[in-house]
Amino acid sequence: MNQRYAWPIAVAALIALPFVYRDPYHLHILILILIWSFAYTSWSLMGRFGLVSLGHGGFMGVGAYVTALLWNHLGLSPWIGIPIALVSAGALALVVAYPCFRFRITGHYFALVTLALSGIVLQVITATRDYTGGSLGYTPERTKGNNIVALQFDDKIVWYLIALAVWLAGLLIWHVVDRSMSRYAMEAISEDEDAAAAAGVNVTFEKLRITVISALMTALAGALYCQYQMFISPDTVSGIAVSLQMVFAVVVGGIYVALGPTVGAIITLLLAEFLRIFFGTKAVGWDNLVYGVLLVLFIIFLPKGILGSILERVKVGPAKAPVVKKPA
Amino acid sequence: MLVVEGLVKRFGGFTAVSNVSFKVDQGEILGLIGPNGSGKSTIFNMLSGTFPPSAGSIKFEGSEIAGLAPHRIINRGIGRTFQIPRPFRRLTIFENVELAGFYGQGSHSRAKADEAAEKALAMVGLPTDRRAPVDGLGAAGLKKLELAKALATSPKLLLADESLGGLDEAEMDQAADMLRKIRDELGITIIWVEHIMGVLMRVVDRVMVLDHGEKISEGLPSAVSSDPKVIEVYLGTDADATQAAAAEKRR
Repeated sequence: MNQRYAWPIAVAALIALPFVYRDPYHLHILILILIWSFAYTSWSLMGRFGLVSLGHGGFMGVGAYVTALLWNHLGLSPWIGIPIALVSAGALALVVAYPCFRFRITGHYFALVTLALSGIVLQVITATRDYTGGSLGYTPERTKGNNIVALQFDDKIVWYLIALAVWLAGLLIWHVVDRSMSRYAMEAISEDEDAAAAAGVNVTFEKLRITVISALMTALAGALYCQYQMFISPDTVSGIAVSLQMVFAVVVGGIYVALGPTVGAIITLLLAEFLRIFFGTKAVGWDNLVYGVLLVLFIIFLPKGILGSILERVKVGPAKAPVVKKPA
Repeated sequence: MLVVEGLVKRFGGFTAVSNVSFKVDQGEILGLIGPNGSGKSTIFNMLSGTFPPSAGSIKFEGSEIAGLAPHRIINRGIGRTFQIPRPFRRLTIFENVELAGFYGQGSHSRAKADEAAEKALAMVGLPTDRRAPVDGLGAAGLKKLELAKALATSPKLLLADESLGGLDEAEMDQAADMLRKIRDELGITIIWVEHIMGVLMRVVDRVMVLDHGEKISEGLPSAVSSDPKVIEVYLGTDADATQAAAAEKRR
C-alpha cells in the first residue's frame, strides 16, 4: 500500500518543485540530471541484458545534430526534426545491430563493434565541419523568448517540466519491459541463445527490438539536450567519452533497478559540478579519471550499483518472512 | 508425420550425417541410438533448426521445414530437449517453462503460457510454485525442467536428446516411463536419442541405429538388437555403458 501512494506523491512533489523553489542554477542542474537520467535509463534497457553498447554516444549525437542541422539549414521545426532524428538513429541501430545479432556477435565483440559506431559518428561530425561546426560545436539558431514551434524556451520551468515528463516516460518504458515476457526472453538470450531459440524465442528479433527502442530513446535525449542547452559539441553529446559515461553512471547507480540510472546521473553530474566549482579549469578531465577508478571499484565490489545494493539490503527482510512462515 | 529424405550434413571436409532417410508415424516412439559421434545429435540439430542440412529434405506434416529458423520450427510443433540441460538460471523454474509456453506455442498469450506451464510442470512432477529457483534442482530435476520446457511449447513431435545421461537406474526407469506417459496421455510423437540401449528398448516402438553418420539398421527393438551389424558396432559401446552405469551405482 505504501508503494502505491509513494509514486504519485513523489511525482506530484517533483511537478510542484519549480513553482516553489526557483533558484535557476539548481533548476539547471535538475534539468540536466533528468535529461541524462533518461539517456542512462535508455542505455540500461539493453545493458541489463548483457548487451553492452558503447555506441550510445553515437545515437545521442545523431539525435542532437540531425535536429539542429534540420532547423538551421532547412528551417524544419524540431517537432518534425526530432522524429526524423529518431528515425535516423533507429535506422543506424538496425544497420549496426542486425548483422551483429544475425551472425552472433555478442559480449566483448558486440561492445567493440558499437564502440566503432561511436567513433564513426564523432568522425563524421568533425569531418563535416562546414555544416556541423566540427569540434568547435554547433548552435541552433535562436528565436526570441518562448517559441513552441522552435521548441525554445527562456523559462527554465518549462524545460524542467518537459525533462520531467520524458524522464517519467523512460521509467515507464523500463517498467513495461521489466513486466513483459520480453524480459524473460532477453534474460534467457543473455544466458544461452540456442536454448532460448529452442524455447521458441526469435532471438534476433527480440535483441533487435530492445536495441532499437534503446537507440530511439537515447536519440531523443540527445535532441532534448540540444534544444535545452542550445549548444552541442561532439564531446558533450557524441563519441566514446559519452558512451563510457553512460556505462559508468548506470553501473554506479544500479543496472538492474529502475531508478539505478537516475541515481547514477545524480552522482556523475554532482561529481562533475563539484570538481568544476572547487577546482575550476585545473580539474578539466578529472571527472573522467575519477569515473574510471570508480568504475573499476564498482564492478569489483558493488556490481549491483549503489541503489541496487541498497534495495537488496532492504528487501532481504520482508522477502525472507513468507519463506519462514510457510512450513508453520 | 515426419519424413526425412537423403539428409546430409558436412562440417568442412567431415561428413557428420550422410544420406539418412527415415519416417516417423503419428503417435509412435522412435528410438535413435548409436555410439558417440554417430550423428544422432547432428540429426536433432537439423530437425530443430539449430543449423540447416547440407542436403536433403525434412517434411513435417507435409511441408518442408529444412533450414527454417528454430523458433519457426517450434511454432510448427516440434519441441526439443538438450543433451545437457540448459536451464535459464536467472529465471525461476516456473518462468523458464512459462517462457517456453509464451513463445513456443506461437500464441504470445500470457494466460495460455501460464496454463501450458502449469500442465507441463505437473506432468513431469516439478512444483508449480512460481517462486522456486532453478538452483535448487539436482540432475534429475534439471532433466525434468528441460522436458517441461519442451512440453510447454505444445509440441506434436518431441525430440528428446539423451535424456538419461547422469541419472541412476531408478531415475532412468522413471524417465523412460515419463516419455511413454507423455506419448500415451498427451498423444505426442517422440524421437528419443539415447546412448543406453537397455532402458530405451523397453519403451520404444521402433529403433533406428546410426554409425559414422549412416543408418545401419532400423526396425522393431527385438529385431534390431539381434541384427549382426548392430551387435558389431554397438555391443562394445553397450558394454561400456553397462560398466559406466555400474560405476555410477558404486558411487
